[in-house]
Amino acid sequence: MKERRKKFTTVSIPTPLFKKIEERIKDTGFTSVSSYVTYVLREIVAEEEEKTEEPFTKEDEERVKARLRALGYID
Amino acid sequence: MPKPHGGKLINRILEEKDRKKAAETATDLEKVEISLATATDTENIAKGVFSPLEGFMNLEELENVLNHKRLPNDIPWTMPIVLDVQEEKAKNLKEGDEVALYFQNKPLAFMHLEQKYKFDKEELAKKTFGTLDTAHPGVAKTKEMGNYLLAGKIDLINEPKGPYDRYKLSPMETRILFKEKGWKTIVGFQTRNPPHLGHEYVQKTALAFLDGVFINPVIGRKKKGDFTDEVILETYDVLIENYYLKDKAVMSILPFEMRYAGPREAIFHAIVRKNFGCTHFIVGRDHAGVGSYYAPYEAQELFEEFPDLGIAPLFFKSFFHCKKCGGVTNEKACPHSEKDHISFSGTEIRDMLSRGEMPPKELMRPEVSQVIVKHPNPFVE
Repeated sequence: MKERRKKFTTVSIPTPLFKKIEERIKDTGFTSVSSYVTYVLREIVAEEEEKTEEPFTKEDEERVKARLRALGYID
Repeated sequence: MPKPHGGKLINRILEEKDRKKAAETATDLEKVEISLATATDTENIAKGVFSPLEGFMNLEELENVLNHKRLPNDIPWTMPIVLDVQEEKAKNLKEGDEVALYFQNKPLAFMHLEQKYKFDKEELAKKTFGTLDTAHPGVAKTKEMGNYLLAGKIDLINEPKGPYDRYKLSPMETRILFKEKGWKTIVGFQTRNPPHLGHEYVQKTALAFLDGVFINPVIGRKKKGDFTDEVILETYDVLIENYYLKDKAVMSILPFEMRYAGPREAIFHAIVRKNFGCTHFIVGRDHAGVGSYYAPYEAQELFEEFPDLGIAPLFFKSFFHCKKCGGVTNEKACPHSEKDHISFSGTEIRDMLSRGEMPPKELMRPEVSQVIVKHPNPFVE
C-alpha cells in the first residue's frame, strides 16, 4: 500500500525565522523546521476550530432526557 | 464541552419510520455477513462514536492512517476501521452498488460500496501493532482477515440488542447528560477490568479538579481469563454506589472489540471519549497494551504528536499502596522504598480472586471483591 499522492506542500518563511527555529529545535523531538511549524500550526488551527455550538437540537435534547430519566441517569 | 472530532457528530441511523421498508429492501441486495467486531464498529460509526467516520475506510484513508496517523484531511486518527471480506465474496460486489450488511442473519446496515480493494496484511499489522508476532492478538486477527476490504458510508437499519443496553448511551446522549448535570470539564476513563483502589485513586485525583468522571468500560469479545462484562459492570455499580458522589460519576458501556494496539489505540480511545463529550482522558501505564509489546509509558509519549487532538490527556504513573504512607500513592509522591509498597498487580489480584480469596482491603474495596468472589463465573472461559 504505497501512497500515490504527495501529502505535503511548501510555504515560505523568512530566513532569520527559519534559523531561529533551527536553533530552538536542537535537542528536542522535532526532526526538522517543517515538523515544528506543522506542529505549531496544527495547535493554532485546532484551537480556532473548537469554538462552536452543541451538535444537537432542542427536540433531540427533550427526547434524550426522557430516556436518561427512564434509565435513572437523571432525576 | 469539546466539539465532536472533525467538527460534526455523525448520525447514520435510519429513522424509525424507514426501518421496516429498509429491512425488506435489504433482502434484495447482495448480502455480506459480518462479525461481532465489525457489527459493533458499524453501530459505533452510525452513532457518532467514531466521528468523523461515516463508513469503513477507503484505501486513501487507510494509507494515511497507517503512514501519518491522520485522515486525509489531516484530522488525527490512529486506528484502521475496515471491513474485510474473502475474495469469493468480493468478486460478487460491484463498486457503486448498495450492499446489505448482515449480522447473525439479520440486516444490520446498508453500505454504499464506494471501493473494494486488496490490502497488505503485513503492512497493516506492522504499522498498527508495531510487530508481526502472531502471538499478538491483533496481528493474529489481521492474518485471519479476508484479502479484500470494502469501503463506503453505512446506514444503520437496526440497532443490535445486547444484555447491557440499559448501560448503553450514544455520544449525543452523554453530551446531553453532561450538560444536564452542569459538567463543563469531564474526564473519561477507559477500562476492561473491575476497579481496584489504584483505579479509584486515579479517577478521584482527576475529579479533584474536574466536574465529573465518565467511566466507560469496553464491552465485547475479550481474551480467555479476562473478567466477564457482567462482573465489570456489577463491580463498578457497587463502587459508585458506595464510594462516589452521585452527581460526580457516570458509567456507560462502549461496545467495542479491543485491538491491543497500545499507543495507537490509546489515541483512538481518547478520540472516542472526546466524541462522548469528555474534555480530558486518563492514560495510565501500558494503556491498551498486551504482553510486553509496548514500553510502559509509550502510549503517553505518542500524545505529544497530537497538539490538535481536542481532548487533554491526563498522564498517570502506576499507583501502589505504601505501608508507611498508609494509603495509595505513586513514585512521584512517595519517598519510601519498594519493600513498603504493595502493588496493584492485576495478575495477582486475579489469581487471588480465582482462588475465591478476597484481596486485602488496601488493594480492593471489600464490596467489589465480594461481587467477584460470589459470582458463579467471573472470568471469560
